[in-house]
Amino acid sequence: MVRDQGLLFVLALFFSLAAGLVGCIALMRRMLLAGDVISHLALPGLGLAFTFKVNPVLGGAATLFLGTFLVWQLQRKTDLATEAAIGVIFAAALAVGAAVTPSEDLAESLFGQLQKLSLPGFILGLAAVIFVIFSIFLLKDQLALSIFSTDLAAATGVHIARLDLYFLLLFSLTVLVGVRFMGALLASALIIMPSATARQLTNKLSHFLLLAVIASLLSVAAGFLLNAFVFKFSTAGPTIAILSAVLFSLSLLARAK
Amino acid sequence: MTKRLLSVTNLNVSFGNREIIHDLSFEVQQGDCLAIIGPNGAGKTVLLQALLNLIPYRGEIRWRQDARLGYVPQKVAADRQLPLSAKDLLTAKARYLKLPSNELQYVSGELGLTHELLNTSIGALSGGQFQKVLIGFALLGRPNVLLFDEPTASLDELTEERVYELLQSLQKDKGMTILLVSHDLSVVYRNANMVLCLSGGKTCMGPPKEVLTPAMLEELYASPSHYYQHVHEHGHEPDARIARERQKW
Repeated sequence: MVRDQGLLFVLALFFSLAAGLVGCIALMRRMLLAGDVISHLALPGLGLAFTFKVNPVLGGAATLFLGTFLVWQLQRKTDLATEAAIGVIFAAALAVGAAVTPSEDLAESLFGQLQKLSLPGFILGLAAVIFVIFSIFLLKDQLALSIFSTDLAAATGVHIARLDLYFLLLFSLTVLVGVRFMGALLASALIIMPSATARQLTNKLSHFLLLAVIASLLSVAAGFLLNAFVFKFSTAGPTIAILSAVLFSLSLLARAK
Repeated sequence: MTKRLLSVTNLNVSFGNREIIHDLSFEVQQGDCLAIIGPNGAGKTVLLQALLNLIPYRGEIRWRQDARLGYVPQKVAADRQLPLSAKDLLTAKARYLKLPSNELQYVSGELGLTHELLNTSIGALSGGQFQKVLIGFALLGRPNVLLFDEPTASLDELTEERVYELLQSLQKDKGMTILLVSHDLSVVYRNANMVLCLSGGKTCMGPPKEVLTPAMLEELYASPSHYYQHVHEHGHEPDARIARERQKW
Protein backbone atom coordinates (compact mmCIF):
# COMPACT_ATOMS: atom_id res chain seq x y z
CA MET A 1 0.00 0.00 0.00
CA VAL A 2 2.75 2.40 0.97
CA ARG A 3 4.77 1.29 -2.04
CA ASP A 4 1.70 1.78 -4.26
CA GLN A 5 1.21 5.28 -2.94
CA GLY A 6 4.90 5.98 -3.46
CA LEU A 7 4.82 4.83 -7.08
CA LEU A 8 1.65 6.76 -7.70
CA PHE A 9 3.18 9.88 -6.22
CA VAL A 10 6.28 9.60 -8.43
CA LEU A 11 4.19 8.94 -11.52
CA ALA A 12 1.90 11.84 -10.65
CA LEU A 13 4.88 14.18 -10.29
CA PHE A 14 6.25 13.22 -13.68
CA PHE A 15 2.80 13.34 -15.20
CA SER A 16 2.34 16.85 -13.87
CA LEU A 17 5.49 17.94 -15.71
CA ALA A 18 4.27 16.44 -18.98
CA ALA A 19 0.74 17.78 -18.53
CA GLY A 20 2.04 21.27 -17.73
CA LEU A 21 4.15 21.36 -20.89
CA VAL A 22 1.55 19.81 -23.18
CA GLY A 23 -1.04 22.15 -21.70
CA CYS A 24 1.09 25.19 -22.58
CA ILE A 25 1.32 24.17 -26.22
CA ALA A 26 -2.38 23.23 -26.27
CA LEU A 27 -3.28 26.62 -24.81
CA MET A 28 -1.30 28.41 -27.52
CA ARG A 29 -2.97 26.24 -30.16
CA ARG A 30 -6.35 26.94 -28.59
CA MET A 31 -7.15 23.28 -28.02
CA LEU A 32 -6.92 23.14 -24.25
CA LEU A 33 -10.32 21.52 -23.86
CA ALA A 34 -9.60 18.92 -26.52
CA GLY A 35 -8.07 16.61 -23.91
CA ASP A 36 -11.45 15.77 -22.41
CA VAL A 37 -12.85 15.05 -25.81
CA ILE A 38 -9.88 13.21 -27.22
CA SER A 39 -9.94 10.71 -24.33
CA HIS A 40 -13.25 9.41 -25.70
CA LEU A 41 -11.46 8.23 -28.81
CA ALA A 42 -10.36 5.31 -26.62
CA LEU A 43 -13.96 4.20 -26.16
CA PRO A 44 -14.43 1.91 -29.19
CA GLY A 45 -11.13 0.18 -28.39
CA LEU A 46 -12.17 -0.41 -24.80
CA GLY A 47 -15.48 -1.86 -25.93
CA LEU A 48 -13.79 -4.16 -28.43
CA ALA A 49 -11.16 -5.17 -25.87
CA PHE A 50 -13.92 -6.25 -23.48
CA THR A 51 -15.64 -8.20 -26.22
CA PHE A 52 -12.48 -9.99 -27.27
CA LYS A 53 -11.04 -10.20 -23.76
CA VAL A 54 -7.90 -8.23 -24.56
CA ASN A 55 -6.19 -5.83 -22.15
CA PRO A 56 -8.46 -2.75 -22.23
CA VAL A 57 -5.54 -0.31 -22.07
CA LEU A 58 -4.15 -1.76 -25.28
CA GLY A 59 -7.51 -1.60 -27.01
CA GLY A 60 -8.12 1.91 -25.78
CA ALA A 61 -4.67 3.07 -26.81
CA ALA A 62 -5.11 1.53 -30.27
CA THR A 63 -8.30 3.42 -31.10
CA LEU A 64 -7.07 6.57 -29.34
CA PHE A 65 -4.05 6.73 -31.61
CA LEU A 66 -6.04 5.66 -34.65
CA GLY A 67 -8.54 8.41 -33.85
CA THR A 68 -5.72 10.92 -33.41
CA PHE A 69 -4.34 9.95 -36.79
CA LEU A 70 -7.79 10.41 -38.35
CA VAL A 71 -8.08 13.84 -36.71
CA TRP A 72 -4.76 14.77 -38.26
CA GLN A 73 -5.74 13.48 -41.71
CA LEU A 74 -9.08 15.26 -41.52
CA GLN A 75 -7.59 18.62 -40.65
CA ARG A 76 -4.96 18.23 -43.35
CA LYS A 77 -7.33 17.22 -46.10
CA THR A 78 -10.17 19.61 -45.27
CA ASP A 79 -8.53 22.64 -43.66
CA LEU A 80 -10.80 22.07 -40.66
CA ALA A 81 -9.48 23.53 -37.42
CA THR A 82 -8.07 20.96 -35.01
CA GLU A 83 -10.96 21.35 -32.61
CA ALA A 84 -13.51 20.79 -35.40
CA ALA A 85 -11.67 17.69 -36.62
CA ILE A 86 -11.46 16.34 -33.07
CA GLY A 87 -15.18 17.07 -32.62
CA VAL A 88 -16.14 15.05 -35.69
CA ILE A 89 -14.00 12.06 -34.78
CA PHE A 90 -15.10 12.31 -31.15
CA ALA A 91 -18.79 12.03 -32.01
CA ALA A 92 -18.14 9.12 -34.34
CA ALA A 93 -15.97 7.34 -31.77
CA LEU A 94 -18.61 7.81 -29.10
CA ALA A 95 -21.24 6.28 -31.38
CA VAL A 96 -19.06 3.30 -32.30
CA GLY A 97 -18.04 2.93 -28.66
CA ALA A 98 -21.66 2.83 -27.53
CA ALA A 99 -22.51 0.29 -30.21
CA VAL A 100 -19.72 -2.16 -29.38
CA THR A 101 -19.80 -1.80 -25.61
CA PRO A 102 -20.84 -4.98 -23.84
CA SER A 103 -20.47 -3.67 -20.33
CA GLU A 104 -21.92 -1.00 -18.12
CA ASP A 105 -18.58 -0.60 -16.43
CA LEU A 106 -16.99 0.97 -19.45
CA ALA A 107 -16.90 4.46 -18.05
CA GLU A 108 -15.01 3.31 -15.03
CA SER A 109 -12.41 1.54 -17.07
CA LEU A 110 -12.06 4.56 -19.30
CA PHE A 111 -11.81 6.99 -16.43
CA GLY A 112 -9.38 5.02 -14.30
CA GLN A 113 -8.73 5.80 -10.71
CA LEU A 114 -5.87 7.30 -8.83
CA GLN A 115 -5.72 4.29 -6.52
CA LYS A 116 -4.23 1.13 -7.84
CA LEU A 117 -1.05 0.95 -9.80
CA SER A 118 0.86 -2.16 -10.81
CA LEU A 119 4.61 -2.07 -11.27
CA PRO A 120 4.42 -2.67 -15.05
CA GLY A 121 1.75 0.03 -15.23
CA PHE A 122 4.02 2.37 -13.34
CA ILE A 123 6.97 1.68 -15.60
CA LEU A 124 4.93 2.08 -18.78
CA GLY A 125 3.29 5.24 -17.54
CA LEU A 126 6.59 6.71 -16.43
CA ALA A 127 8.26 5.86 -19.74
CA ALA A 128 5.38 7.50 -21.62
CA VAL A 129 5.43 10.76 -19.66
CA ILE A 130 9.22 11.02 -19.79
CA PHE A 131 8.98 10.52 -23.54
CA VAL A 132 6.41 13.32 -23.73
CA ILE A 133 8.55 15.68 -21.63
CA PHE A 134 11.64 15.12 -23.78
CA SER A 135 9.71 15.39 -27.02
CA ILE A 136 8.12 18.70 -26.07
CA PHE A 137 11.51 19.95 -24.98
CA LEU A 138 13.04 18.99 -28.33
CA LEU A 139 10.12 20.28 -30.40
CA LYS A 140 9.42 23.49 -28.53
CA ASP A 141 11.19 25.79 -30.98
CA GLN A 142 9.42 24.29 -33.97
CA LEU A 143 6.13 24.38 -32.11
CA ALA A 144 6.62 28.03 -31.19
CA LEU A 145 7.42 28.93 -34.81
CA SER A 146 4.46 27.04 -36.22
CA ILE A 147 2.07 28.49 -33.64
CA PHE A 148 3.27 31.98 -34.55
CA SER A 149 2.97 31.47 -38.30
CA THR A 150 2.82 28.26 -40.28
CA ASP A 151 4.14 30.08 -43.36
CA LEU A 152 7.19 31.44 -41.59
CA ALA A 153 7.80 28.13 -39.87
CA ALA A 154 7.55 26.27 -43.17
CA ALA A 155 9.83 28.82 -44.86
CA THR A 156 12.31 28.15 -42.04
CA GLY A 157 12.19 24.45 -42.88
CA VAL A 158 9.72 23.12 -40.30
CA HIS A 159 7.62 20.25 -41.64
CA ILE A 160 4.24 21.51 -40.46
CA ALA A 161 2.04 18.47 -41.12
CA ARG A 162 4.49 16.14 -39.42
CA LEU A 163 4.82 18.47 -36.46
CA ASP A 164 1.02 18.62 -36.12
CA LEU A 165 0.88 14.84 -36.01
CA TYR A 166 3.69 14.61 -33.44
CA PHE A 167 1.98 17.06 -31.18
CA LEU A 168 -1.43 15.39 -31.49
CA LEU A 169 0.14 12.04 -30.63
CA LEU A 170 2.00 13.50 -27.65
CA PHE A 171 -1.22 15.13 -26.53
CA SER A 172 -3.12 11.84 -26.84
CA LEU A 173 -0.38 9.94 -25.04
CA THR A 174 -0.50 12.39 -22.16
CA VAL A 175 -4.28 12.15 -22.03
CA LEU A 176 -4.09 8.35 -22.13
CA VAL A 177 -1.65 8.10 -19.25
CA GLY A 178 -3.51 10.78 -17.34
CA VAL A 179 -6.97 9.33 -17.76
CA ARG A 180 -5.82 5.78 -17.08
CA PHE A 181 -3.68 6.39 -14.03
CA MET A 182 -4.65 9.80 -12.70
CA GLY A 183 -8.37 9.78 -13.42
CA ALA A 184 -10.18 11.98 -15.92
CA LEU A 185 -10.66 14.87 -13.54
CA LEU A 186 -7.04 15.10 -12.53
CA ALA A 187 -5.79 14.62 -16.09
CA SER A 188 -7.86 17.57 -17.36
CA ALA A 189 -7.05 19.69 -14.35
CA LEU A 190 -3.33 19.24 -14.81
CA ILE A 191 -3.43 19.90 -18.54
CA ILE A 192 -5.64 22.99 -18.28
CA MET A 193 -5.01 24.77 -14.97
CA PRO A 194 -1.21 25.18 -14.84
CA SER A 195 -0.94 26.63 -18.35
CA ALA A 196 -3.84 28.99 -17.71
CA THR A 197 -2.15 30.02 -14.46
CA ALA A 198 1.23 30.60 -16.08
CA ARG A 199 -0.38 32.59 -18.90
CA GLN A 200 -1.53 35.19 -16.35
CA LEU A 201 1.99 35.73 -15.13
CA THR A 202 4.20 36.11 -18.19
CA ASN A 203 4.46 36.98 -21.87
CA LYS A 204 7.64 35.04 -22.43
CA LEU A 205 7.72 31.51 -23.74
CA SER A 206 10.41 30.10 -21.47
CA HIS A 207 8.83 31.62 -18.37
CA PHE A 208 5.43 30.40 -19.49
CA LEU A 209 6.61 26.80 -19.75
CA LEU A 210 8.58 27.00 -16.52
CA LEU A 211 5.77 28.56 -14.50
CA ALA A 212 3.25 26.03 -15.80
CA VAL A 213 5.52 23.18 -14.78
CA ILE A 214 6.06 24.72 -11.35
CA ALA A 215 2.32 25.28 -10.83
CA SER A 216 1.64 21.73 -11.93
CA LEU A 217 4.31 20.17 -9.69
CA LEU A 218 3.28 22.31 -6.77
CA SER A 219 -0.37 21.30 -6.93
CA VAL A 220 0.49 17.60 -7.22
CA ALA A 221 3.06 17.60 -4.41
CA ALA A 222 1.01 19.74 -2.06
CA GLY A 223 -2.21 17.97 -3.03
CA PHE A 224 -0.78 14.54 -2.23
CA LEU A 225 0.60 15.63 1.11
CA LEU A 226 -2.54 17.52 2.10
CA ASN A 227 -4.67 14.56 1.19
CA ALA A 228 -2.44 12.04 2.93
CA PHE A 229 -2.20 13.93 6.19
CA VAL A 230 -5.20 16.24 6.35
CA PHE A 231 -8.20 15.37 4.16
CA LYS A 232 -7.65 11.63 3.80
CA PHE A 233 -10.03 11.24 0.83
CA SER A 234 -9.82 7.91 -0.95
CA THR A 235 -7.97 9.58 -3.83
CA ALA A 236 -5.81 12.70 -4.00
CA GLY A 237 -7.29 13.77 -7.37
CA PRO A 238 -9.86 16.29 -6.14
CA THR A 239 -7.44 17.88 -3.69
CA ILE A 240 -4.85 18.31 -6.43
CA ALA A 241 -7.40 19.71 -8.86
CA ILE A 242 -8.72 22.17 -6.27
CA LEU A 243 -5.20 23.29 -5.46
CA SER A 244 -4.57 23.97 -9.16
CA ALA A 245 -7.70 26.09 -9.21
CA VAL A 246 -6.49 27.97 -6.15
CA LEU A 247 -3.15 28.63 -7.86
CA PHE A 248 -5.03 29.92 -10.89
CA SER A 249 -7.05 32.30 -8.70
CA LEU A 250 -3.85 33.53 -7.09
CA SER A 251 -2.40 34.15 -10.54
CA LEU A 252 -5.39 36.35 -11.32
CA LEU A 253 -4.68 38.38 -8.20
CA ALA A 254 -1.02 38.65 -9.13
CA ARG A 255 -1.98 39.86 -12.58
CA ALA A 256 -4.40 42.42 -11.18
CA LYS A 257 -1.56 44.06 -9.27
CA MET B 1 29.38 30.38 -60.35
CA THR B 2 26.62 31.57 -62.59
CA LYS B 3 25.04 34.96 -61.94
CA ARG B 4 21.62 33.50 -62.43
CA LEU B 5 20.12 32.95 -59.00
CA LEU B 6 16.63 31.83 -59.87
CA SER B 7 14.97 30.48 -62.94
CA VAL B 8 11.26 29.85 -63.15
CA THR B 9 9.92 27.90 -66.08
CA ASN B 10 6.27 27.37 -67.01
CA LEU B 11 5.03 27.92 -63.47
CA ASN B 12 1.36 27.17 -62.88
CA VAL B 13 -0.45 27.55 -59.59
CA SER B 14 -4.13 26.86 -59.09
CA PHE B 15 -6.42 26.66 -56.10
CA GLY B 16 -9.15 24.18 -56.96
CA ASN B 17 -10.37 25.15 -60.40
CA ARG B 18 -9.09 28.68 -60.20
CA GLU B 19 -5.82 29.23 -61.96
CA ILE B 20 -3.86 31.93 -60.20
CA ILE B 21 -0.59 31.82 -62.09
CA HIS B 22 -0.49 30.61 -65.65
CA ASP B 23 2.61 29.53 -67.49
CA LEU B 24 4.97 32.04 -65.93
CA SER B 25 8.66 32.01 -66.80
CA PHE B 26 11.34 34.45 -65.67
CA GLU B 27 14.84 34.67 -64.30
CA VAL B 28 16.49 36.61 -61.51
CA GLN B 29 20.19 37.49 -61.47
CA GLN B 30 22.28 37.82 -58.37
CA GLY B 31 22.07 41.32 -56.89
CA ASP B 32 18.82 42.15 -58.68
CA CYS B 33 16.01 43.92 -56.98
CA LEU B 34 12.96 42.55 -58.73
CA ALA B 35 9.66 44.26 -58.05
CA ILE B 36 6.58 42.14 -58.58
CA ILE B 37 3.59 44.33 -59.33
CA GLY B 38 0.01 43.82 -60.40
CA PRO B 39 -3.57 44.40 -59.28
CA ASN B 40 -5.09 42.69 -56.26
CA GLY B 41 -5.65 39.02 -56.85
CA ALA B 42 -3.06 38.80 -59.61
CA GLY B 43 -1.11 36.22 -57.64
CA LYS B 44 1.83 38.23 -56.32
CA THR B 45 1.78 36.70 -52.85
CA VAL B 46 1.01 33.29 -54.32
CA LEU B 47 4.11 33.61 -56.50
CA LEU B 48 6.29 34.28 -53.46
CA GLN B 49 4.73 31.34 -51.65
CA ALA B 50 5.43 29.08 -54.60
CA LEU B 51 9.03 30.33 -54.75
CA LEU B 52 9.34 29.44 -51.07
CA ASN B 53 7.84 26.02 -51.72
CA LEU B 54 4.97 26.71 -49.32
CA ILE B 55 2.23 25.74 -51.76
CA PRO B 56 1.92 23.10 -54.49
CA TYR B 57 2.67 24.17 -58.06
CA ARG B 58 3.39 22.78 -61.48
CA GLY B 59 6.38 23.76 -63.55
CA GLU B 60 9.92 24.33 -62.47
CA ILE B 61 11.41 26.65 -59.86
CA ARG B 62 15.14 26.36 -59.67
CA TRP B 63 17.20 28.30 -57.13
CA ARG B 64 20.97 28.37 -57.39
CA GLN B 65 22.43 25.92 -54.89
CA ASP B 66 23.85 28.52 -52.54
CA ALA B 67 20.59 30.51 -52.35
CA ARG B 68 19.46 31.11 -48.77
CA LEU B 69 16.00 32.60 -48.63
CA GLY B 70 14.65 35.07 -46.11
CA TYR B 71 10.94 35.80 -46.16
CA VAL B 72 9.05 38.79 -44.84
CA PRO B 73 5.32 38.08 -45.23
CA GLN B 74 2.73 40.76 -45.81
CA LYS B 75 0.96 40.02 -42.60
CA VAL B 76 1.13 37.39 -39.95
CA ALA B 77 -2.20 36.26 -38.64
CA ALA B 78 -0.62 35.46 -35.29
CA ASP B 79 -2.70 35.44 -32.18
CA ARG B 80 -1.61 38.57 -30.37
CA GLN B 81 -2.36 36.92 -27.05
CA LEU B 82 0.42 34.39 -27.47
CA PRO B 83 2.97 34.35 -24.67
CA LEU B 84 5.81 35.00 -27.10
CA SER B 85 8.28 37.85 -26.95
CA ALA B 86 10.13 39.08 -30.02
CA LYS B 87 13.22 37.40 -28.64
CA ASP B 88 11.39 34.07 -28.21
CA LEU B 89 10.60 34.05 -31.91
CA LEU B 90 14.06 34.97 -33.07
CA THR B 91 15.67 32.54 -30.64
CA ALA B 92 13.36 29.75 -31.74
CA LYS B 93 14.47 30.20 -35.34
CA ALA B 94 18.15 30.56 -34.42
CA ARG B 95 18.03 27.40 -32.32
CA TYR B 96 16.05 25.43 -34.85
CA LEU B 97 18.57 26.27 -37.57
CA LYS B 98 21.45 25.76 -35.12
CA LEU B 99 22.85 29.21 -35.91
CA PRO B 100 25.88 30.45 -34.00
CA SER B 101 24.97 32.10 -30.73
CA ASN B 102 26.05 35.60 -31.80
CA GLU B 103 23.67 35.57 -34.79
CA LEU B 104 20.84 37.14 -32.84
CA GLN B 105 23.13 39.93 -31.66
CA TYR B 106 24.27 40.55 -35.21
CA VAL B 107 20.72 40.88 -36.52
CA SER B 108 19.63 42.99 -33.56
CA GLY B 109 22.56 45.28 -34.18
CA GLU B 110 21.81 45.59 -37.90
CA LEU B 111 18.19 46.53 -37.28
CA GLY B 112 18.56 48.41 -34.03
CA LEU B 113 16.40 45.94 -32.13
CA THR B 114 16.87 47.09 -28.57
CA HIS B 115 16.95 44.85 -25.53
CA GLU B 116 13.66 46.37 -24.47
CA LEU B 117 11.99 45.73 -27.81
CA LEU B 118 13.26 42.14 -27.90
CA ASN B 119 11.70 41.46 -24.54
CA THR B 120 8.33 42.94 -25.49
CA SER B 121 5.55 40.47 -26.17
CA ILE B 122 4.58 40.33 -29.83
CA GLY B 123 1.05 41.45 -28.94
CA ALA B 124 2.36 44.72 -27.50
CA LEU B 125 4.58 45.72 -30.45
CA SER B 126 3.55 48.58 -32.72
CA GLY B 127 3.08 47.90 -36.42
CA GLY B 128 6.54 49.25 -37.20
CA GLN B 129 8.23 47.31 -34.42
CA PHE B 130 6.47 44.14 -35.44
CA GLN B 131 7.63 44.63 -39.03
CA LYS B 132 11.17 45.15 -37.82
CA VAL B 133 11.02 41.91 -35.89
CA LEU B 134 9.72 40.11 -38.98
CA ILE B 135 12.60 41.54 -41.01
CA GLY B 136 14.98 40.46 -38.25
CA PHE B 137 13.42 37.02 -38.39
CA ALA B 138 14.06 36.89 -42.14
CA LEU B 139 17.66 38.09 -41.77
CA LEU B 140 18.58 35.41 -39.22
CA GLY B 141 20.76 32.83 -40.92
CA ARG B 142 22.19 35.50 -43.26
CA PRO B 143 20.08 34.91 -46.34
CA ASN B 144 21.39 36.10 -49.68
CA VAL B 145 17.88 36.48 -51.10
CA LEU B 146 15.05 38.36 -49.43
CA LEU B 147 11.44 37.85 -50.45
CA PHE B 148 9.51 40.86 -49.26
CA ASP B 149 5.72 40.90 -49.47
CA GLU B 150 4.33 44.44 -49.25
CA PRO B 151 6.85 45.32 -46.60
CA THR B 152 5.19 48.56 -45.62
CA ALA B 153 1.50 47.76 -45.98
CA SER B 154 0.72 48.50 -42.36
CA LEU B 155 3.23 51.21 -41.63
CA ASP B 156 3.08 54.97 -41.32
CA GLU B 157 5.13 57.07 -43.74
CA LEU B 158 8.07 57.62 -41.46
CA THR B 159 8.53 53.95 -40.67
CA GLU B 160 7.97 53.14 -44.32
CA GLU B 161 10.87 55.39 -45.20
CA ARG B 162 13.14 53.52 -42.80
CA VAL B 163 12.15 50.13 -44.17
CA TYR B 164 13.05 51.24 -47.68
CA GLU B 165 16.35 52.71 -46.53
CA LEU B 166 17.09 49.36 -44.97
CA LEU B 167 16.08 47.59 -48.14
CA GLN B 168 18.41 49.75 -50.15
CA SER B 169 21.33 49.19 -47.83
CA LEU B 170 20.77 45.43 -47.86
CA GLN B 171 20.86 45.41 -51.59
CA LYS B 172 23.64 47.90 -52.24
CA ASP B 173 25.96 47.24 -49.29
CA LYS B 174 25.39 43.58 -48.70
CA GLY B 175 24.75 42.59 -52.28
CA MET B 176 21.52 40.89 -51.40
CA THR B 177 19.08 39.86 -54.09
CA ILE B 178 15.61 41.16 -53.36
CA LEU B 179 12.22 40.08 -54.62
CA LEU B 180 9.73 42.68 -53.64
CA VAL B 181 5.96 42.62 -53.95
CA SER B 182 4.66 46.15 -53.87
CA HIS B 183 1.63 48.22 -54.77
CA ASP B 184 3.73 51.25 -54.47
CA LEU B 185 5.14 52.43 -57.80
CA SER B 186 7.48 55.00 -56.31
CA VAL B 187 9.18 52.24 -54.38
CA VAL B 188 9.45 50.27 -57.54
CA TYR B 189 11.13 53.21 -59.27
CA ARG B 190 13.47 53.90 -56.42
CA ASN B 191 14.55 50.38 -55.53
CA ALA B 192 13.96 47.97 -58.34
CA ASN B 193 16.17 47.40 -61.35
CA MET B 194 13.71 44.89 -62.78
CA VAL B 195 9.93 44.72 -62.76
CA LEU B 196 7.70 41.71 -63.20
CA CYS B 197 4.06 42.56 -63.87
CA LEU B 198 1.37 40.01 -63.19
CA SER B 199 -2.13 40.60 -64.38
CA GLY B 200 -4.77 38.11 -65.34
CA GLY B 201 -2.50 35.83 -67.30
CA LYS B 202 -0.59 38.68 -68.96
CA THR B 203 2.95 39.12 -67.77
CA CYS B 204 5.78 41.42 -68.69
CA MET B 205 9.27 41.89 -67.40
CA GLY B 206 12.02 44.45 -67.81
CA PRO B 207 13.66 47.51 -66.27
CA PRO B 208 11.13 49.93 -64.69
CA LYS B 209 11.57 52.66 -67.30
CA GLU B 210 10.71 50.24 -70.08
CA VAL B 211 7.94 48.34 -68.40
CA LEU B 212 6.10 51.04 -66.48
CA THR B 213 4.79 53.01 -69.42
CA PRO B 214 1.35 54.62 -69.04
CA ALA B 215 0.01 52.19 -71.63
CA MET B 216 1.32 49.21 -69.71
CA LEU B 217 -0.01 50.56 -66.43
CA GLU B 218 -3.38 51.06 -68.03
CA GLU B 219 -3.34 47.49 -69.21
CA LEU B 220 -2.19 46.26 -65.85
CA TYR B 221 -4.59 48.12 -63.67
CA ALA B 222 -7.49 48.34 -66.13
CA SER B 223 -8.75 51.60 -64.64
CA PRO B 224 -5.91 54.06 -64.39
CA SER B 225 -8.10 57.15 -63.91
CA HIS B 226 -6.82 57.66 -60.39
CA TYR B 227 -3.33 57.93 -61.65
CA TYR B 228 -4.11 60.40 -64.40
CA GLN B 229 -6.24 62.61 -62.19
CA HIS B 230 -3.40 63.07 -59.84
CA VAL B 231 -1.01 63.94 -62.56
CA HIS B 232 -3.29 66.50 -64.15
CA GLU B 233 -4.39 68.15 -60.95
CA HIS B 234 -0.90 69.03 -59.94
CA GLY B 235 0.66 69.28 -63.33
CA HIS B 236 3.73 67.24 -62.52
CA GLU B 237 5.64 64.84 -64.64
CA PRO B 238 4.11 61.39 -64.13
CA ASP B 239 7.31 59.75 -62.89
CA ALA B 240 8.25 62.47 -60.48
CA ARG B 241 4.71 62.74 -59.28
CA ILE B 242 4.53 59.05 -58.57
CA ALA B 243 7.79 59.20 -56.73
CA ARG B 244 6.56 62.00 -54.55
CA GLU B 245 3.11 60.81 -53.77
CA ARG B 246 3.76 57.09 -53.55
CA GLN B 247 0.46 56.66 -55.26
CA LYS B 248 -1.07 53.40 -54.13
CA TRP B 249 -3.16 51.16 -56.25
